[in-house]
Amino acid sequence: MSGPSRIGAGLWTRPDEPVEFRFDGQALRGLRGDTLASALLANGVQLVGRSFKYHRPRGIVTAGPEEPCALVDVLGPDGREPNRPATTLPLREGLITESQNRWPSLHFDVGSLGNLVARFLPAGFYYKTFMAPGWAWERLYEPAIRRAAGLGRLGLTATDHPSPAETVHDHADVLIVGAGAAGLAAAHGLGRTGARVMLLEQDAAPGGGTLLDRRWQAWQQGLSAALAGLHNVRCLPRSCVVGAYGHGVYAALETLSPEESIAFGGIRERLRIIRARRLLLTTGAIERLIAFPGNDVPGVMLAGAALAYLRRYGVAAGGHPAFFLNSDEAYQTVFEFAAAGIACAGVIDVRPESRAADHARSLGIRVQCGAMVERVEGARSVRRLRIASLAGGATALEADALLMSGGYSPASALASQLGAKHLWQESIAAFAPLLDPHIGRVAGAARGRCGLKVAALDGAAAAESIAAELGFAAGAVSPAWELPADAEQTPLTPLWEVRGRGKAFVDLQNDVTTADVRLAHREGYEHVEHMKRYTTHGMATDQGRIGGLVGSAVLAQARGLPVSEVGLAKIRPYVQPLPFAALAGPETGQHFKPRRRLPLHDWHEAAGASFVSIGLWLRPLVYARETGWDAVLREARAVRRSVGITDVSSLGKIDVQGPDAARFLDYIYANNFATLPVGRARYGIMLREDGMMLDDGTTSRLGAEHFLITTTTANSSVVLEHMEFQLQAVCPHHDVLLSDVSDQWAQFAIAGPRSREVVASVASGLDLSNAAFPFMAASAALLAGVAGRVFRISFSGELAFELAVPAAHALRLWTALLAAGQAFGIAPYGLDALNTLRIEKGHLTGAELNGNTTADDLGMERMLKSKGDFVGRMLAQRPGLRSPERLQLVGVRPIDRSQRLRNGAQLIVPEAPSRSLGYITSSTPSVELEGWVGLALLAGGRERMGKHLIATSPIHGETTTVAILSPHMIDPENSRVRA
Amino acid sequence: MLRIECPWCGLRDETEFHYRGDASLRRPDSDARLAEFCTQTYLRENRRGWHLEWWLHVGGCRRLLKIVRHTDTHEIHAVGHPQDPLTVPMEAPAP
Repeated sequence: MSGPSRIGAGLWTRPDEPVEFRFDGQALRGLRGDTLASALLANGVQLVGRSFKYHRPRGIVTAGPEEPCALVDVLGPDGREPNRPATTLPLREGLITESQNRWPSLHFDVGSLGNLVARFLPAGFYYKTFMAPGWAWERLYEPAIRRAAGLGRLGLTATDHPSPAETVHDHADVLIVGAGAAGLAAAHGLGRTGARVMLLEQDAAPGGGTLLDRRWQAWQQGLSAALAGLHNVRCLPRSCVVGAYGHGVYAALETLSPEESIAFGGIRERLRIIRARRLLLTTGAIERLIAFPGNDVPGVMLAGAALAYLRRYGVAAGGHPAFFLNSDEAYQTVFEFAAAGIACAGVIDVRPESRAADHARSLGIRVQCGAMVERVEGARSVRRLRIASLAGGATALEADALLMSGGYSPASALASQLGAKHLWQESIAAFAPLLDPHIGRVAGAARGRCGLKVAALDGAAAAESIAAELGFAAGAVSPAWELPADAEQTPLTPLWEVRGRGKAFVDLQNDVTTADVRLAHREGYEHVEHMKRYTTHGMATDQGRIGGLVGSAVLAQARGLPVSEVGLAKIRPYVQPLPFAALAGPETGQHFKPRRRLPLHDWHEAAGASFVSIGLWLRPLVYARETGWDAVLREARAVRRSVGITDVSSLGKIDVQGPDAARFLDYIYANNFATLPVGRARYGIMLREDGMMLDDGTTSRLGAEHFLITTTTANSSVVLEHMEFQLQAVCPHHDVLLSDVSDQWAQFAIAGPRSREVVASVASGLDLSNAAFPFMAASAALLAGVAGRVFRISFSGELAFELAVPAAHALRLWTALLAAGQAFGIAPYGLDALNTLRIEKGHLTGAELNGNTTADDLGMERMLKSKGDFVGRMLAQRPGLRSPERLQLVGVRPIDRSQRLRNGAQLIVPEAPSRSLGYITSSTPSVELEGWVGLALLAGGRERMGKHLIATSPIHGETTTVAILSPHMIDPENSRVRA
Repeated sequence: MLRIECPWCGLRDETEFHYRGDASLRRPDSDARLAEFCTQTYLRENRRGWHLEWWLHVGGCRRLLKIVRHTDTHEIHAVGHPQDPLTVPMEAPAP
């Protein structure tokens, strides 16, 4: 029968299909259809873990995702996956699992010695105790506490599977969450109107509460079959809606069954992003625990969970169980256990009398009304109960399990995320959510309507309202289902806590006791949200669902208020833990973000380039596989001495056209563009409105109403968006069109004293002499037979040209230039060499344009135009931004030429070594000067030129004396670019 | 997640848009004083209620939209062109 506690056939298990699995090294056998929890219970395993803080022995408490205790590590070929609730983990052949938070073993755990000193470990203990000295928290206390506390261990090794999960987008008219009586009835009602319906059920099969009552079997099966015949209704089991994000967007986690997983190539989870016009919450209700001393001993379980194990899996959660309850609803388990022939130790009902108690007595079951369980005795399993009668007097009861029920609270996590109102309902002693009807509705037990018939009718009514709101005509008349009547019930008596000696838990996962809640109140954490944060009640994987309201009630009692005024802590996404793999879906590894390749990527690769990621772009770093500076300096030297060529196609390029183009650019740029003649280019700087530098680049005037802007690679999308915003929001009357042409044009820089000869041989008919085509000239030209553009601009500080052709012709121009340059030893150069050249020259990149620098800081104050408005004009003039003590751009060189510089090294004076005066932003070995050169941002930098400072990089253990000089370390007169 | 009815493209997810700030503010005139620019650039009300906002449809038509959104419920009351004179709805006084 696969386990001694398997006493019959379950609805979901296949008795003829045994499944072998391991728990803590022990080989066990379950059935296909089991969860790990049901299989463990079938094998009589009650102790499954140790608690978070006190390392107390813990067992299985629930039969669903609200499980606080039975969390396990799953070991697989991909490593160790922690914190899987055993109650939702489908059993599969060869499953290997381990209990958590115990050492060396579950049965003998050293950490549980902490339990002996537990009364010295109240809520907030760690924060209060491990205060001083400050350094010790991070280095000593926290690591030790983290080792002792905690849940599972993450030990994932890299998986070979390219995507363990997938993401799917769904659209529906109505999303119904929960396929119990209300959900099934609603799906059927809506389905017949033609509405597109998605019905999601977190369990392995639809049915919910109807599965626990055999009278409802026919209705449930009939309706499920009818739904299967409706093509517009999709029923998805094992799918939990974990988040509600407003505007009709929901996220659901679908866990594939072992069989489906194989069919889908090993995918384990599917994240569904659902867009629905209306939501119907038929999520049912969650049974509450009762806080009494020892309510965490293995064998103490929710009564409804025990019923689920019996009905679904044919497993008895105890051989001789006792019950502790406060409602007629909970007696269903008592009756089913009796029907299954399990000897009941006794029922303890807090109410003085009840209909259900009378019925139980008529079945020969011992019921003690008006009594409470004062304490559970037993270390690793339930042995004996101490029972106190409300009338006075105490008795003891021998039992091997205690099945408790404190009533049912509507499962309102999703409604809470959607900002639902929570209304107190005396009849269920719980809050029921009320949704804005534009978002959707709540029906059945999820809004406190008890009984399966009531729920089914409520679901059908909600479906009718939603269909009318969405304009769907009423469907065909429903077949006349015979709905079994709900039993007459004696109302429940609210019962939250039994006070006595010992720990009574309101949150089993976080080891929060009733005493902790009262402590929070005494220390001033009166609001339920403050109490939650002080005690951690309601946090972690289970979100404290079975004890949330109990914690509120204990707090309410301490405050002397009714629970209805204290309320519940807000429940945020996710409703149940979501594996990161499910969130990532297929967007892992190379698919994590797009990769942009240059038009000549293949050529660069064939030429032996190493690539570097700049934003999304892959750019050649150096044309060598080896590391080190030799290859970089070889490339840079070719530029300084003869000629080099580099691919700058990733620069942002924005085409600006229209009668007001010049006027608009004058507003966008801090310097003047209206005066730029056609056929010329100009270096421009743009500011943010707060006066800081946004970007720099060259802008060419190709016609009276036609400009071409270039931006830095990293900022191209930011600049485009900035310009679009300014044009549409601030300058809507400017007649200007902006087009991003970054991808349309390939662009190459040809730099070096021989560059003119190289360019001349591909640019037919263009006079490149200084007189005809001076520095900063721009012109259309035929390049290697392709209509393109030539700009005489320079980033390297040498005589240089940039040539642009439509991207599809990139290779043709590039190879023509290489052929033309062969006689001069032309060398392609990568980003490292480009950087070396620009640092020597004192040109800027993102290291200096870091968002905190002004034009003045970078020595470009004189570029700001004095007439006319532009973005950032006013705030750039703030006195603080013009302080001479601000960090200003300077050049740095080590005095000892053999020493190197480090980006990020701090600049100090020996007298005050702990005060940073600035830092090195860029550095490189120089090709023209001896040793290293760098750029730095230095407080009052311009005043310090000629002085010596110390550059210190403690993480490298390096200290270098450096000279402060002008950032323009070569050719400060700028004569080479005009050669 | 917001879903925004772009007048050019139709109903689209928030992920296609970039938020561009408070649309009830107007950039001060060029002759305004420094203090006015400081206020416009740095000071925001952070109200709970209806809010005029700029959203740029970067993943679509790249047009700038003016939107009336509730900062608490995220309800979108209206979507318009930048120069549309959208106003925020009257709010019931707090109970």
